[in-house]
Amino acid sequence: MRALGRRLAVYLLAAWVAVTVSFLLPRAVPGNPVAGAIARAQSSGICNVYCIKAIEAQLGFNVHTSIWVQYVQYLGNLFHGNLGFSWSENAPVTSLIASYLPWTLGLLGVATILSFVAGTAIGVVMAWRRGSFLDWLLPAATFFQAIPYFFLALVLVLIFGETGSLLHWFPSLYGFDIYGVDPGMNLPYIGSIIGHAVLPALTVILASMGGFILSMRNQMITTMDEDFVLVARAKGLRTGKVVWYAARNALLPCVSNFSVAISLVVAGQILVEIVFNYPGIGYHLYGALGALDYTLVQGIFVVITLVVLAANLLADVVYVLIDPRARQEA
Amino acid sequence: MSGPGVSALTSPGSSDAPEFAPGGDVDPVLEIKGLSVDYGFGDNAVHAVAECDLTLGRGRVLGLAGESGSGKSTLAMAAIRLLRSPGVITGGEVLFHSKRTSAGEPTPTLDLLAAGEEELRAVRWSEIAIVLQSALNALNPVSTIGAQFDELLATHRPELNRASRRDRAGELLELVGMTADRLRSYPHEMSGGMRQRAMIAMALALDPQVMILDEPTTALDVVTQREILEELMGLRDRLGFAALFITHDLSLLVEFADDIAVMYAGRLMERAPAASLFRAPRLPYTYGLLHCFPPMHGERYRMEGIPGSPPDLRDLPPGCAFHPRCKWAIPQCRQDVPKLEPLAGSPREVACWLHRGTATAPPELMLPDPTAVRTRSVSVIETSGERAV
Amino acid sequence: MTINTPVLSEPAATDAAALPTSRVLRLPRSPKVIAGLVILGVFAVIAIIGAWIAPFSPNLTNESWVQHVLVAGTGPGTHIKADYYPLPLPPSGAHWLGTTVFAQDVWSQLLVSTQATVAVGLLAAAISTVLSIIVGVTAGYLGGGADEGLSLIGNVFLAIPGLPLLIVLADYVPAAGTSIFLVSFIIAITAWAYSSRVLRAQTLSLRNRDFVEAARVSGEGRVRIILVEILPNLIPIVAASFLFTTLYAIGAYVAISFLGLAGSPTSSPPGLWNWGYMLRETFANDAVRGGWWWWWAPPGVCIALLGTGLALLNFGIDEFINPRLRVAGLSRKAARTLGISRRPKLGLTPVVRRNVINVDVAGAEPGTP
Repeated sequence: MRALGRRLAVYLLAAWVAVTVSFLLPRAVPGNPVAGAIARAQSSGICNVYCIKAIEAQLGFNVHTSIWVQYVQYLGNLFHGNLGFSWSENAPVTSLIASYLPWTLGLLGVATILSFVAGTAIGVVMAWRRGSFLDWLLPAATFFQAIPYFFLALVLVLIFGETGSLLHWFPSLYGFDIYGVDPGMNLPYIGSIIGHAVLPALTVILASMGGFILSMRNQMITTMDEDFVLVARAKGLRTGKVVWYAARNALLPCVSNFSVAISLVVAGQILVEIVFNYPGIGYHLYGALGALDYTLVQGIFVVITLVVLAANLLADVVYVLIDPRARQEA
Repeated sequence: MSGPGVSALTSPGSSDAPEFAPGGDVDPVLEIKGLSVDYGFGDNAVHAVAECDLTLGRGRVLGLAGESGSGKSTLAMAAIRLLRSPGVITGGEVLFHSKRTSAGEPTPTLDLLAAGEEELRAVRWSEIAIVLQSALNALNPVSTIGAQFDELLATHRPELNRASRRDRAGELLELVGMTADRLRSYPHEMSGGMRQRAMIAMALALDPQVMILDEPTTALDVVTQREILEELMGLRDRLGFAALFITHDLSLLVEFADDIAVMYAGRLMERAPAASLFRAPRLPYTYGLLHCFPPMHGERYRMEGIPGSPPDLRDLPPGCAFHPRCKWAIPQCRQDVPKLEPLAGSPREVACWLHRGTATAPPELMLPDPTAVRTRSVSVIETSGERAV
Repeated sequence: MTINTPVLSEPAATDAAALPTSRVLRLPRSPKVIAGLVILGVFAVIAIIGAWIAPFSPNLTNESWVQHVLVAGTGPGTHIKADYYPLPLPPSGAHWLGTTVFAQDVWSQLLVSTQATVAVGLLAAAISTVLSIIVGVTAGYLGGGADEGLSLIGNVFLAIPGLPLLIVLADYVPAAGTSIFLVSFIIAITAWAYSSRVLRAQTLSLRNRDFVEAARVSGEGRVRIILVEILPNLIPIVAASFLFTTLYAIGAYVAISFLGLAGSPTSSPPGLWNWGYMLRETFANDAVRGGWWWWWAPPGVCIALLGTGLALLNFGIDEFINPRLRVAGLSRKAARTLGISRRPKLGLTPVVRRNVINVDVAGAEPGTP
């Protein structure tokens, strides 16, 4: 338990650092990019005086209170769930992100879990049947691990996407058929969501699975050399049980490595969303960057960080659950 | 490898273990004949074990002694087909003579080297069990002892229900001097001694006929080592299993084994009843080992080690592998590999040219075998000839 | 990197006994490693000479390098002046990879882009490796309060997701795109933490080894011990982490260029041509839908290839560090000759009688078995 407490402390500290970086950057960077952003906001016509004032307060531009006061206010706003105002979307950042987040989390959650489960299982089989034809999966997995997410997305669009050239099986744009169905708890909507999620999810799964396969395979090979696997064999246990003994132990480092993996998957998903115009956080981040809407960019950064930290904490909790040695006080 | 540093000698074996009578009247339970094991293949193959013959008598304790790299673990693991890749068995037979004759039990004699997977599974653990050096590595770290017992019993004793399995596991733990509530512990929550006991209890779970103990106490402190070994021997007396006890510590074998076999560079070099080996070694190597450590009592003498170091198995010297380090080597030792053969008029075996044919062995290697009457306290290694004081 | 370090508990250092005692990184000669080296070699060469062998400047445009297609509803027959939209040319003898919609030569762009991409990848990895060595080894060697503090910093950086932080940093530093060094530095900030943890774990295990104890007792200074005794033994791990970080850095650089955060070669000051920027242009101009595969595929394939090369080499180093991962067991030829599986089943040691082996190996007259 103490180990978990320490991890939580690290995550809280990381969150604080992220938030502070987000606060300091617009105020600290020379060359005043903020001025340019505000000018653009003003000229866009969407942003009225109050809107401009809100942005200036958020970014520390043209504000005459001390940095410390601004910081305290910033933190206070944060704790109240106020992430500022986005001029390009003309809405509070928090509500915007609240509408984007479910798309991202849904895709991310499903894809990551599927990828981890499938990749780990394949890794186990590859390690157990080492020297068989399955070894051909190795270079394939290495290649898929190296391929950039968004490039894979482009390839999948080309082959399977409706806007591509070959098979035209799956939709390749947006989260659902924005022209054809109405949002709500109806079947066509849900069906459309699933259909539109296929290619993005497939991209994330294929791109991330390679890493899980290789990681589990290597760990399993190392674990299979342990005495307890040999003893399990010597005990006359069924092969499935022996594999389970090994896999269950090999899983541990893989779960703890999951925390690092999730960072990479999140990064990849952002790019995948852009390619598919999938209405999640990543896609709107792209839009915000293009529009120089710094408040939205910052808000998204903070939220993504918090999501990843939460996922890390979850992985740590799972680790404690599956490794009895971790429950001991350090 | 260490020699005896203790002064008190218990009589090897127990009161009801059959005497190793001249004439080799032994009821074998595991017969290893001409076993050869290589690591790798072709020109790069390392001959880890070369043509070893070993017979484990029913209910007897056979000690297998040798330095690291002498091939003793390889021999034992290969005999039960548990050797890891790239080990390859290149010759021999391993006959397991089961005595159980009730219906459905394994057939009386099985050549383990020719057996298929199912036959091996039928024999493994229920007839032949192993105990390894480090129980921390040999027990599944993420599973409680109770769960591991449960899996074992569920696989081999399907007629038992969960409650019976738990009871049986508890009984087994009590057999080795632990309490049944330890079933809920994880391996890392127990001390080294307790873990080793748990391993032993698990090995005994199915009442095997043969126990192979590969350095079972090497990882433990001396006090715990003794406790566990004495308990093991007590269990052996009660349950009557045969044990192949592998270790580098000759002193343990002298106390706990009935017979001792000595391995060097992959070959068996000497085999004798424990007391005979200890008091009257025939092999120069054994002699050297026994004199590596001074005894606590008796005359002082200049310690001799064994000069040189063990050979690289890939580059063995011609003839007897030990000859470069042997102070009594004769020309024939450099040419021909000595075979393990019985000495005239005794069941002892030795692989040494000094004891064969026209050669005369030095007096140090010709001490008389101790008689059947054994005393409890022997404090002096009998020698003859000069000793530097 | 496939060296797995548990987050929760102390990262398990590679078994110190398993770490090769040789200080020289002797890579196993497996096909993986050779393939990796070849790929890397090719890209390294292109990175160096790319700008010189490119037939055209990547920015150069030429009217004749695009097809001019009449916009429907204009031109003859209508009273609107003829308007044309450009269509890239497919590969031909003059343009090996065709042209872009802006009438630029793709092959030249690809060659020139290699330079910045590879350079940023290597430089970012170098900076990150240096940082991770400084923090990781110091933390591992000094222990105590310094260790706690440095580890905390490392863990915090590790927890904050890399790309989002990178995006925010690059967003506020527009000059990032113009300078290889600046971009590399920013990328390195997000990448160093992982390697530093691995190095710390390994340093901790090395610290207790005899030769370090001996050096300490004989009065060698701390810095000297670290430099002379510990660092050389870390070389394989440092090499593996360098490769892994290069892979990450290239991915990161491509990502931020794709997002438009690394400037553009046509802006002022000009950004650098890199594969990520090429992909940005193709995406912004809907190259996939247009079917202009010669424009959008090559940069992506290059990234994937280079990444694969790095990963393969990384594999080789992992096998060097962890001998169990090498193809132990029998070689394919040996297994075939013996008639057994290459990796025999656990618990079923193969039995191949010696006289059979002799027959095949010696190539002598087959004797009776």
